[in-house]
Amino acid sequence: MYPFEITSPLTIAAAVEALENEEAQPLAGGQTLIPTLKARLAMPEVLVSLTGIKELQSIAVRDGQLCVGAGVTHANLAKQTAQYPALAALAADIGDPAVRNRGTIGGSLANNDPAACYPAAALASGATIVTNARTIAADDYFVGMFETALDEGEIITEVRFPLPQAAHYAKFAQPASRFALVGVFVARFADGVRVAVTGASEEGVFRWTDAEGALSQAFSAQALDGLTVPAEDMMDDIHGTPDYRAHLVAVLTKRAVVAAG
Amino acid sequence: MPHIEGSSVTEETMTQISMVVNGTAMTGDVADQTLLVDFLRDDLRLTGTHVGCDTSQCGACLVHVNGLAVKSCTMFAREAQDAEVATIEGQAMADGQLNAIQQAFQTHHGLQCGFCTPGMIMATAALLQDNPKPTEDQIRNYLEGNFCRCTGYHNIVRAVFAASGQDVSLIAAE
Repeated sequence: MYPFEITSPLTIAAAVEALENEEAQPLAGGQTLIPTLKARLAMPEVLVSLTGIKELQSIAVRDGQLCVGAGVTHANLAKQTAQYPALAALAADIGDPAVRNRGTIGGSLANNDPAACYPAAALASGATIVTNARTIAADDYFVGMFETALDEGEIITEVRFPLPQAAHYAKFAQPASRFALVGVFVARFADGVRVAVTGASEEGVFRWTDAEGALSQAFSAQALDGLTVPAEDMMDDIHGTPDYRAHLVAVLTKRAVVAAG
Repeated sequence: MPHIEGSSVTEETMTQISMVVNGTAMTGDVADQTLLVDFLRDDLRLTGTHVGCDTSQCGACLVHVNGLAVKSCTMFAREAQDAEVATIEGQAMADGQLNAIQQAFQTHHGLQCGFCTPGMIMATAALLQDNPKPTEDQIRNYLEGNFCRCTGYHNIVRAVFAASGQDVSLIAAE
């Protein structure tokens, strides 16, 4: 790694101030950023560690939404099975136990890896991404692969998940990395169904609106018969061809619907 | 915040850190980019914690920080300030006898070259803390982030099963 300085603010305000330095970068759990630094793919002069900020650690239900502090680890969110079981199950299946003890929801959403799990949950739930400056609807937040609506120096403070009537995340884990080769999060609300797909597209997480329309009419696997996503938009790498990923999207969406019940 | 000259950092920022390692208070001066595993191995000379892949995949560097399993190659030493850290060196009993997990690994041949073993033992200790009687599936799932290139895992799973006080004959030979 290139040498850098770490600063450890105790409040969101102090972190935002430290991030005004344009050579500074936020450090959450570090489970992606530290390997990135080791590979010399990033060269910040200052890392602003967010782990000491207590304001980012809370989990609470407010106004019918599960409000998760950006610094909550996957392991801690996995324990909140009563409030949002599908989200807890997703968190419990990220990476491995040691990664889950450090990695955070805010870090995952800020990084927006095209194969990460949380983006699917946030988009399918119609979550709100709260930052130090504003609130951003999930539909406006995910811009593309590793790209988000966050501005320079802006940090996520909280993620607010509306609680669905039923939901499930079906993931086909890439066997080595445990990232989603394809993952589909289906969430059924009183006013309709939302379906978000991760791992599959060159553009990162996306909503499968055809499936949403069909499932909002009839919430069953049969409602999806004949529906496919176009393979030309899918990622192509050593782990799977575009056709294979497109096929998995349909299969996993059906599985998620069946499991959501 | 200290002022940094120029567009790239050329001088390392040194910070004094303190943590309790295996029950003993430890202090050291580290560059900010020092990883926890390097502080343990190079500064404290606790070389039982291994660096296998250095990319947070293999789990050979797994230690406990405030009771939680973490990969010490993917955490900065500074982030463990004031923490309770447990490593393989603190696992044996006071009289030097192997603890129940270590003994089970020996009895059930849960190691061959031994490189992954410190991480396996620490992962197992974390698992049994949360789940004292894990099923075979739960053991395999929990050890997902710990690689062993010798044993094929079956004897490791047996060792963990035995360490939890369960009847190893219930695990099918494969």
